[in-house]
Amino acid sequence: MQYFIQQLINGLTLGSIYGLIAIGYTMVYGIIGMINFAHGDIFMIGAFVALIVFLILSAMFYSVPVVVALLIMMVVAMIMTSLYNWTIEKVAYRPLRGSFRLAPLITAIGMSIALSNFVQVTQGPRNKPIPPLISDVYNVFGISISLKQIVIAVVTIVLLTVFWYLVNKTSLGRAQRACEQDRKMAALLGVDVDRTISITFIMGASLAAVAGTLFLMYYGVVAFSDGFVPGVKAFTAAVLGGIGSIPGAVLGGLLIGLIESLWSAYFSIDYKDVAAFSILAIVLIFLPSGLLGRPEVEKV
Amino acid sequence: MTAISDTTTRQASSPYGEAARQALWAALLSFGLFFFFIGLESTQDISNRLILQSHWVTLAIVVALVALGRFLFIAFVIPAVDRRRANRAPIAVVDEKDQSFIRRHRFKIMIALLVLYPIFILSTAGLQGSLKWVNNFGVQVLIYVMLAWGLNIVVGLAGLLDLGYVAFYAVGAYAYALLGTEFGLSFWILLPAAGIMAAFWGIILGFPVLRLRGDYLAIVTLAFGEIIRLVLINWREVTNGSAGISGIPKITFFGLFDFNISSPDYILKVLPESIVTLFALRPSGAYYTIFLYYLILALAMLTAFVTIRLRRLPVGRAWEALREDEIACRSLGINTTNTKLTAFAIGAMFGGFAGAFFAARQGFINPESFVFLQSAIILAIVVLGGMGSLSGIAIAALVMIGGMEILREMQFLKIVFGQSFTPELYRMLLFGIAMVVVMVWKPRGFVGSREPTAYLKEARAVSSTFTKEGHG
Amino acid sequence: MADTNLQTPILSVEHLSMKFGGLVAIGDLSFTAPRGEITALIGPNGAGKTTVFNCITGFYKPTEGMITMTRQSGEKFLLERLPDFQITAKAKVARTFQNIRLFSGMTVLENLLVAQHNALMRASGFTVLGLLGLKSYKDASRESIEKAVYWLEKANLIDRADDPAGDLSYGAQRRLEIARAMCTGPELLCLDEPAAGLNPKESLALNELLLGIRRDTGTSILLIEHDMAVVMEISDHVVVLEYGRKISDGTPASVRSDPKVIAAYLGVDDEEVTDALVEVGDDHILEEGDVAPPPALGPSETSSMFEGPIEDTVEEAGSETIVPASPAASKAAQVEAQTGATDPVKPKGPAQ
Ligand SMILES: Nc1ncnc2c1ncn2[C@@H]1O[C@H](COP(=O)(O)OP(=O)(O)OP(=O)(O)O)[C@@H](O)[C@H]1O
Ligand SMILES: [Mg+2]
Repeated sequence: MQYFIQQLINGLTLGSIYGLIAIGYTMVYGIIGMINFAHGDIFMIGAFVALIVFLILSAMFYSVPVVVALLIMMVVAMIMTSLYNWTIEKVAYRPLRGSFRLAPLITAIGMSIALSNFVQVTQGPRNKPIPPLISDVYNVFGISISLKQIVIAVVTIVLLTVFWYLVNKTSLGRAQRACEQDRKMAALLGVDVDRTISITFIMGASLAAVAGTLFLMYYGVVAFSDGFVPGVKAFTAAVLGGIGSIPGAVLGGLLIGLIESLWSAYFSIDYKDVAAFSILAIVLIFLPSGLLGRPEVEKV
Repeated sequence: MTAISDTTTRQASSPYGEAARQALWAALLSFGLFFFFIGLESTQDISNRLILQSHWVTLAIVVALVALGRFLFIAFVIPAVDRRRANRAPIAVVDEKDQSFIRRHRFKIMIALLVLYPIFILSTAGLQGSLKWVNNFGVQVLIYVMLAWGLNIVVGLAGLLDLGYVAFYAVGAYAYALLGTEFGLSFWILLPAAGIMAAFWGIILGFPVLRLRGDYLAIVTLAFGEIIRLVLINWREVTNGSAGISGIPKITFFGLFDFNISSPDYILKVLPESIVTLFALRPSGAYYTIFLYYLILALAMLTAFVTIRLRRLPVGRAWEALREDEIACRSLGINTTNTKLTAFAIGAMFGGFAGAFFAARQGFINPESFVFLQSAIILAIVVLGGMGSLSGIAIAALVMIGGMEILREMQFLKIVFGQSFTPELYRMLLFGIAMVVVMVWKPRGFVGSREPTAYLKEARAVSSTFTKEGHG
Repeated sequence: MADTNLQTPILSVEHLSMKFGGLVAIGDLSFTAPRGEITALIGPNGAGKTTVFNCITGFYKPTEGMITMTRQSGEKFLLERLPDFQITAKAKVARTFQNIRLFSGMTVLENLLVAQHNALMRASGFTVLGLLGLKSYKDASRESIEKAVYWLEKANLIDRADDPAGDLSYGAQRRLEIARAMCTGPELLCLDEPAAGLNPKESLALNELLLGIRRDTGTSILLIEHDMAVVMEISDHVVVLEYGRKISDGTPASVRSDPKVIAAYLGVDDEEVTDALVEVGDDHILEEGDVAPPPALGPSETSSMFEGPIEDTVEEAGSETIVPASPAASKAAQVEAQTGATDPVKPKGPAQ
C-alpha cells in the first residue's frame, strides 16, 4: 500500500509536468487547429534557459536563496520561451494560416528539428547535470515525499489557477474562445485575431518554460534531445484528455504520469512508454475524441 | 528568421528606410533569441562541473548577419520577386509550346537520366570514387523516394495522416534481417515476404484506428510507430535490442553470382574471363553498390508503376474520393473502412520492401534507424513534393535528402569557418530550416496540381485550389 | 410477382424516431413512398427532413422505428440495420446532400466514375486483374465511361466533363450531384433540396432532369424541397413534417390546401391562420390551383401558382373575408377545414 501511494505521488509529479506542457498543445490546437510539434522543444529550450540562468547565478553570487533562484530561473525561462514561440508562430505558422492543413504541421516538425539541433550545435550534445537545488525529503507514514515534489505540486496548482482565471474570466480568454469558435467572425467583431493567437502561443510557451524549469530541478539534468519524449508524452496526454480541452490536458497529463510510474513499479520499466501509448490507442478506440473532448458531430 | 512584412508598409516608405528599420528589429530579436544560446555556452570544466563560456564575438557576427540578411531581403529580394512576378505571366504563355516536348516526355527523360547516372559517375569518378556518389547519394535518395511514394498512397491519395510510417519500414527491415540471418533465406524470397508482413501489420494497426479522424489518427499512428520501435529495443531475445542485428546477408544477383569476394560465386569469378580482362575489372565494392542502385531504382519504379496503375483503378479513385469527401464516398456505396485499409496495407507493403532493401544494403540494423524523425522526414518529403504527385515527391526527396548528403561533402567550408567546423553537425539544423522555408515558400508543395485519372477530351491538370487534403 | 411489387411501396417508414440528446428531431414518423413516383418531403426549417434522409441512408441510426426498402426484385431491406455504404450498394438507395458534397478536386467525369465503384471493383477482380491490365477490366472501364457520358448529357454537363467539379457553377454542381447519384444505379433517389440556390432557369432544367429520370429509368424519387413551385410541379405525393412529426400527407393539391400545413409554414396561431387562409386563397390560386397539373405539362404553366415559398405572403395577411385555401372547396368545405385546423394548430412550440 505504501509502495502504491509512493508510486502514485511520483506519478502525479511527473504527470504535472506533462500536464503543463500538454496545455500548450491543447491551446494551440484549440485556437488554430494545428499540432504544434515544436512545443516539446520549446519545453527543452525553457529547461536550457533555466540551466544557463542557474549557472549565471551561481557564477555571480556566492549563494542565492533557492526560492529566489528558482523564481528567477522560471521567469527568465518564461520570457525566453515566449520570445521563441512568438517568433516561431510569426515566421513559420502565420504565413500558412488558412492554407493547407498539413503545411503548418510540416513547418512545425521542421522547427522542432531545427530547434533541437540548434541547441545541440550551440550547447553541445552532452547531458548537462547541475547540483541538486533542493534535497530535503520528508517521511510521512513511511512514504517519502521530497520537497521537490511539493514544489512541483504547488507551482502547478498556482499556475493552473492563474491560468484558469485568465482563460475563463478575462476578455483575453473570451477572445481566445471566440477565435476558437470562428476566427473570421471574431475578427469581424473586433477581436484582434493575430494578437490573440500570438498570446496563446506565449501562454503555452510560458507554461512549457515552467515545466522545463521544474524538470531541470527534479531530474537535475537536461540535454538537447529532451524535448522530444516529454513533448510526445504531453501531446499524447492532450489527445487522451481530448484535444482542445484544457482540463482534459491536465487530466491526460496526470494519467500518463500515473500510468508510467505504476507500470514501471509493477510491471516493467522497459515497457512503460509502450503502456502509455497503448492506453492512448485503446482509449481513443472507445472514446474517439478523448476523455473530456467534445464529441465530433458528423453533421451530414 | 524574422517576421514577414506586409505589402502595405513596404510600399509606404522608401525601400531602404523600411529595410533598415526591419533590419534593426531583426537584430534586436535575434539578439534576444540567441543571447542565451550562442552568447553563452554551458560546458564542463576539468572537474566535470558545468561552467559558462561566452562567445560574444560569434553572437555579434550572427546578429549582424541576420540584420544584413533581413536588410537585403527587404531592400532587394522582395522588390525583385515582385518585379519578376509582374513580368512572368506573359512569358509563361509563350513558353508553353516549346516546353511541351520535354513536358510530354519528362518521365522517360527522368528514368533515362536515373539509369545513366551510375555510368556517368563511373566514367567521371572511377571505380572507387563512384562508391560514395552512387551509394550515399543515389541509393540513399532513391530509398527515400520509394518510402515517400509508399507513404504518398496513404497521405497523398487517401488523405490519412500517418505519422508512424517508419514502423512498416522497420517491420520490413527486421523481417529480412531476422529471417535472413536465422534461416539463411534468400533476399528474393524474403523481399515479398517482408512486403506482405508489413502490409499485414498495416492492416492490424489500421483496423482499430481507422475510425479515428484527423489528428487523432495522426497521434495514434505516431504512438504505434513508437510502440514498434520500443518493442524492437526491449524484446532483446528476438531483436537483440539496441545492439541490433549484424551480419545480414548480402543480396545475390538472383542466385547467379554474388558480391562476396571470398565466395566461389563472386561476380568476377563467375563472369567469363574474357570480359574481366577486356574491361580490366578489379575486385571492388563498387559492383555491389551499383547493383544496389539498380535494384532500388527498380523497386522505386515498381512503386511508381503500381501507384499510377492503382490511381486509374476503382480503388485508387476511391482513395482520392475519400480524401475529398468521406461522407460522399459512403453515400455512393463505397466501403470506406476497406478502402482505407487497402491504402494502409499497400502503403505499408512498399515501406516493407524498402525496409528489406535497407537491411540488405546496410548489413546491420538497429532500432535507431527507425525513429520518429524518419517518419517526419518521409512525411515532409510527401508534403513538400505536393501531395499525390510522384514527380513532385521525387524532386522533394532529391532536394532534401540529396541536399543533406551533399552537405557532408562540403569540406571546403572548413576553409571558411576553420578546421574545427564540421558540416555534419549543421546538417539537421539546416534540414529543419529548409523544411520551414520551402513550406512557407510553396505551401502546396513543388507540384501542386493533380493529374486526372480519366478524361473524355483532354486531360487537364486540376489546380490545387480545388483538391482537398483529407481529414482522416 | 411484378404486380404485387407495384403495389408495395418502394419505401415504407414506420414509427421512426430520432433523438439527439433531449431534442426529438423526428417523433414517431410513418409514411410510404409509392413505387415509381416522386414523393416530396416538405416542412419548415428544422422540421427534421434532412434527419429523415440521414436515417434512410444510414448516416444516423434511428432511435426507434423501421425503414423498409423493397426493391424491384422483391427483395426487402431493413435500412436501419444496414451499414451506410450497403444501403447504396445493396438496397440501391442513392442520395444527394443539402450542402453539396462533390469530390471537388476530381474532374466531373471522375466524380461519376467513383460512383460506379462497386461495379468497377468487381470488374477489376478487386484490383488484382485490373493491376495486370486485363481486357475484361478495360471493357468495364469503357462501359463505365459510357454510362457517365449518358448522365453527363442528361445533366447537360458534357462540355465540362474534364473540368474539376469544384470549378462548376452552383447549379451545375447540383446537377452533377444528381448525375453522380444516378451512376450508382439506384431504385430510390433521395434528393435534399436540389433546387436550393438555383435561378429560375436552372430550376426548370432541374425539373426536366428529375421527370426525365423517373420516366426513363423508373427510379422512384424522394425529394426534400422548399421551393413550392418545384414541389407542386413534379411531385405525385407530398408528406409534410413539422417539428419532426407528420402533419399532412397526400396529393400536392390536398396538402397545399391543408390548413395545418399552412399554419405550420406560417407559424401563426388560430386567428392568424384564418387570416392567412384568406391570403393564400388569393384569386389566381383559386383559378389555377384546381388540380395538380400533370407533371408533363412543363413548369411555365404553373410556376406562378406558389411563386416562392408561402412565407412571402405572410405580411400581406390582414383582410377579413375568409376564402377557402382549397379552390375546389365550397363554403362547407371551408368550415370543415377550419374546424380541422383548430386542434392541430395549437401545439405551436416544439412537439413535446
Ligand atoms: N447530428 C445532430 N446532432 C444534434 N442535432 C441535430 C443533428 N442533426 C440534426 N439535428 C437537429 O435536428 C433538427 C432537425 O434538423 P434537420 O437538419 O433535419 O432539419 P431540416 O428539416 O432538414 O431543416 P432545413 O430545411 O433547414 O434543412 C434540428 O433542430 C437540428 O438542429
Ligand atoms: Mg435540411
